[in-house]
Amino acid sequence: MAAASLLRATPLNSVHRALGAKLVDFGGWEMPVQYSGIIEEHQTVRRAVGLFDVSHMGEIEIRGPEAGQLADFATTNHARKLKIGQAHYSGLLYAHGGFVDDILVHKVADDHYFLCVNASNQEKDFEHIRGLNRFDAQPELSSARYVQLAIQGPKGPATLQKLTPVDLCKIRYYWFADGVVSGAQARIAHTGYTGEDGFEIYIAPEEAERVWNEVIAAGAEFGIKPCGLGARNTLRLEAGMALYGHEIDASILPLEAGLDWIVRFDKGDFVGREALVQLRERGVKRRLIGFEMRGHGIGRDGYEVYVDGQPAGWVTSGSPSPTLNKHIGMCYLSAERAEPGRAIQIMVRSQLVDAVTVAIPFYKRAK
Amino acid sequence: MYPQNFRYTKEHEWVRVDGDIGTIGITDHAQQELGDIVYVDLPKVGTKVTQGATAGSVESVKAVSDIYAPVSGDVTEINSTLADAPEKLNSDPHGDAWLIKIKLSAPAEMAKLLSADEYQKYIEAEK
Repeated sequence: MAAASLLRATPLNSVHRALGAKLVDFGGWEMPVQYSGIIEEHQTVRRAVGLFDVSHMGEIEIRGPEAGQLADFATTNHARKLKIGQAHYSGLLYAHGGFVDDILVHKVADDHYFLCVNASNQEKDFEHIRGLNRFDAQPELSSARYVQLAIQGPKGPATLQKLTPVDLCKIRYYWFADGVVSGAQARIAHTGYTGEDGFEIYIAPEEAERVWNEVIAAGAEFGIKPCGLGARNTLRLEAGMALYGHEIDASILPLEAGLDWIVRFDKGDFVGREALVQLRERGVKRRLIGFEMRGHGIGRDGYEVYVDGQPAGWVTSGSPSPTLNKHIGMCYLSAERAEPGRAIQIMVRSQLVDAVTVAIPFYKRAK
Repeated sequence: MYPQNFRYTKEHEWVRVDGDIGTIGITDHAQQELGDIVYVDLPKVGTKVTQGATAGSVESVKAVSDIYAPVSGDVTEINSTLADAPEKLNSDPHGDAWLIKIKLSAPAEMAKLLSADEYQKYIEAEK
């Protein structure tokens, strides 16, 4: 912890300390990994509502008459097809098809796109987009202007509704609206990274502490708890969502990670398109697949996967699943082996432990 | 918080000696750092453990950590209740959730360990 002063902190750092959070270095940011405990926080999000400070996430805005052209050239999904007020998941790729980052793209106006990007990738993403800009568009790294709070869980909408005049029922999943939350101007997005219902809001840093406290007060009747990145990780893993640096990175192409659905070949040229076309013609060699442990142990990030006694892949994420009460994970296997129901083994601390492949996601909320 | 009759390691294990038997566990600080514990792997009865060498592991939701033997000896008993209830390590690390008992083979090693006050100072400095 001696290096704590070198870490970046969110405007809510002192709030987390006062709540007794356990703070850790997360990609250069001092972030709460847990408050009361990962399992308890995880269950609170699945059953009621949890509040996360995810202000370490970066924001990049693209403005100008050709903002849409730049967004579509830099990302894999079809940004210009978004309606105003709509968002989608997308990829920023290198020319070789590997991920620079995975991002959310929000269309604020025809000449204004708002991107939410991973914390430790934000400067890299911004330089990447800027380097591609041969359009009449102005990308801007605007992270310092936003605090991002995630209000997630079945009681998330009811909690947030108490603090805003915006009718949240009218914001469909993966749509957003600009409005007021607790007296603060906010971008209110019906998005999340937990597999549960809920919202993510973007507000000015000066408003962060007051809004945080008001969300906690509004959610008290539902049993809201502050939740850390530990629970965020177990929640997203159950929901089968990728985490940069684990399921995806510069060496992984979207088609390998099961993210074909964010690649729109029909939209025109974009960075990485040619590599993906070639990969599609050649055929994908490896694919992401889920697994459940059968034997004693947890397959964790980086552990080797064996099939028929031979090394066959690697684990990208693994953890106990508090919802399913099993140990789960995701791994890469050769494409012909990446199908549910295959017996595999994972090298857990020098011992091969039995596991079986399963389909992703592990958990789907009841609609 | 930290019992005066235990001795401690900088790796956050404790040992309490009764006659020539040492009872070994992990400290409250260790369980707090680990968070929710989901697995405890312990050596078999009869295993020889050596001071400072791995003598098992505990695994939390987040990560797996080695347990280092605070003193050398032969394992005489393991706390088998932890296999089905590893979460006891979070609630009672200095009591019911002890890990193993060993017959000390080199009791003089105890002198290298920290007292409760020294350990308390050590973890405060670590923060």
